[in-house]
Amino acid sequence: MSTETAFLQAGLESAPLPSTLFRFATAGSVDDGKSTLVGRLLHDSKAILADTLDAVARTSADRGFGGDKGGIDLALLTDGLRAEREQGITIDVAYRYFATDRRSFILADCPGHVQYTKNTVTGASTADAVVVLIDARKGVLEQTRRHLSVLQLLRVAHVIVAVNKIDLVGFSEQVFRDIETDVQKVARELGLGSDGVADLLVVPVSALDGDNVVDRSERTPWYTGPALLEVLETLPAADELEAELESFRFPVQLVIRPQGALAPDAVAAGLDVEAYRDYRAYAGQITEGSVKLGDEVTVLSPGHEPRITRITGIDFAGTELQEAAAPQSVAVRLADEIDIARGDTIAAAGTVRESTADLYASLCWLSPKPLREGQKVLVKHGTRTVQALVRNVTGKLDLATFNVEPASSLELNDIGHAQLRLAAPLPLENYLHHRRTGAFLVIDPIDGNTLAAGLVKDHPGDHEDERYVI
Amino acid sequence: MSTYTTEESTVEVAAAVDAPSAQRLSSLDTLESEAIHIIREVVAEFEKPALLFSGGKDSVVMLHLATKAFWPGKVPFPVLHVDTGHNFPEVLEFRDRTVERLGLKLVVGSVQEFIDRGELAERADGTRNPLQTVPLLDAIQRNKFDAVFGGGRRDEDKARAKERILSLRDEFGQWDPRNQRPELWNLYNGRHTVGQHVRAFPISNWTELDIWRYIERENIELPGLYYAHEREVFARDGMWRAVGEVSQPLPHEDVITKTVRYRTVGDMSCTGAVESDAYTVADVVVEVAASTLTERGATRADDRISEAAMEDRKKDGYF
Repeated sequence: MSTETAFLQAGLESAPLPSTLFRFATAGSVDDGKSTLVGRLLHDSKAILADTLDAVARTSADRGFGGDKGGIDLALLTDGLRAEREQGITIDVAYRYFATDRRSFILADCPGHVQYTKNTVTGASTADAVVVLIDARKGVLEQTRRHLSVLQLLRVAHVIVAVNKIDLVGFSEQVFRDIETDVQKVARELGLGSDGVADLLVVPVSALDGDNVVDRSERTPWYTGPALLEVLETLPAADELEAELESFRFPVQLVIRPQGALAPDAVAAGLDVEAYRDYRAYAGQITEGSVKLGDEVTVLSPGHEPRITRITGIDFAGTELQEAAAPQSVAVRLADEIDIARGDTIAAAGTVRESTADLYASLCWLSPKPLREGQKVLVKHGTRTVQALVRNVTGKLDLATFNVEPASSLELNDIGHAQLRLAAPLPLENYLHHRRTGAFLVIDPIDGNTLAAGLVKDHPGDHEDERYVI
Repeated sequence: MSTYTTEESTVEVAAAVDAPSAQRLSSLDTLESEAIHIIREVVAEFEKPALLFSGGKDSVVMLHLATKAFWPGKVPFPVLHVDTGHNFPEVLEFRDRTVERLGLKLVVGSVQEFIDRGELAERADGTRNPLQTVPLLDAIQRNKFDAVFGGGRRDEDKARAKERILSLRDEFGQWDPRNQRPELWNLYNGRHTVGQHVRAFPISNWTELDIWRYIERENIELPGLYYAHEREVFARDGMWRAVGEVSQPLPHEDVITKTVRYRTVGDMSCTGAVESDAYTVADVVVEVAASTLTERGATRADDRISEAAMEDRKKDGYF
């Protein structure tokens, strides 16, 4: 081993491992420098390897980037497909990876111009945080309001507004403060940050020069907050917040019941064949909360009364756990022999409501095929897919004014409210409080394409304690 | 609520760091749980899945994750190897031993057979990686596989960075990057019509370093050529090529013995080795963490063909 790698190894051994995962998305308008910001984060966190950088430097030079000064067009680092390079635009959400000592990051880079709702909704659905870009010269635009509106609707835990190109306004504190005030005004109108769900932070940056991206800048002495990457390194991930909820939720993916067909490698490693002859466990990923041995749980299955039982085992590939939390994938065993199948939900007893076939929801419409009243669709919720009838569309959100306008159909990139009747009851929960069990897909039964992202709302006039809690 | 103002933010962020973190999963644990969730979803929702298995590290990790997903049961699907005929012998031996150990069925699609039947033509450069698409689609159709697990990762290539975890393919196996289904939350839509199939990439969000750290943590066996060993090599296209039946030096290319290892394992005629003294998995983790070249850029001649080489192959039905 070379001296250099030996040194690195020593560094790795003493580093406070293990690092945690953090997912964030970027959203912005045309020309606000989003690709440059993403390129800057990747470049300054040393996620770009030499061969990639060489290719980008060559292309930058070929295209005469930076004129006589030269330099690297960081936006090229995020250019993906040939079609995108040819048209000079970004078509689709692209995922990027970089890591610091504390965290591994998954970045969903969402293009801003065409289909911004579709892309922002997609990127934000899995994001722990979203970085919204504003051009310091332009301030809050209608597009900014739309982005913040979508993020509020999707209940993104952390919203960071990066006021970019601060160098082009002479690092002016006044410009920054005015934009900050405008952002907070929009956030108040939206209720963003006021419901205990999300928080909001505004940071002045220059993606081109790197100010306040990875390190705090000396050129913004009036800004005493953290640089963008510091923020991303320290915010709690949504999984961490969800694991702390008391409402354990576990949609059953499949039943593990090998009967005779035990894994030969496990048997070779000494698995007690007799003891595992009647093994039966329910496999899934904990979507929220935590569970420990002995916990009382409710099993929700369509066509059954809710059944109460106890957790007698939490298995993970041969390891018996005392407890597990979101987002762990495990297999649980139960005290009673109950008929359980894929699509059923196991939940902490006393925390769930009765299932319902009446679905009130916000829909982010993602398909060129419009939604019509009376249409039949499929609804995928947790691990269950059921048929559904669109009873009526009750309104469409004007993202710029946040008003609900009357509507009878929804088109691509519209966000609206609708009422659906399901062919079988589902354990629906308000998306505002349950990001996983409150989410669903609307699927076209003809071609199987995803039509909409759905967010469960309470029934009209419904209150938390009015419906039967089981 | 904690609406930050810039004056308060330092305090707020510091508070988040000190918050109790007993239940925080490591990034590897989170990635592992995500992959197992996806593998189980595909097995639950599809009639006949299969796993692409080459003996390469990513497919070995995939198979390891599958054994964990269904423990103590057997992995409930066969493995599919698209054999270029340009194999490293130790990788084939490893493949067969692994399949035997786990009691799996192995389906092989052979590039050589297609060439022998005149249904594929050898390329001028001798590389067979791009020729894998036809036998792959043939094996999918003949065996009626409706979902095929792959070990593709989004950090490998620009085209892969945009591919979905469940990627719908038409009758011709083609990927349409401009018309992909939005992938929301952890809800995967695998619906497909007759003739279509789905490629599933459960380790999409892993990086090369994640793979190696996981191999180290789980003590997963790999073919020996991933670790430093002595080999007769010659220099071509800025890479070290092994001397073998399908990989012969030209008269001006000198053969020397070097201590090398492979970062990727593919067609022997286009996969290069890197000089390395990483003899153990721990050495490799350190080496990869310090590497300044991407794994494909460093070791795959086929990805150097053009800037969009992977994108073009994927559109035609490649992995």
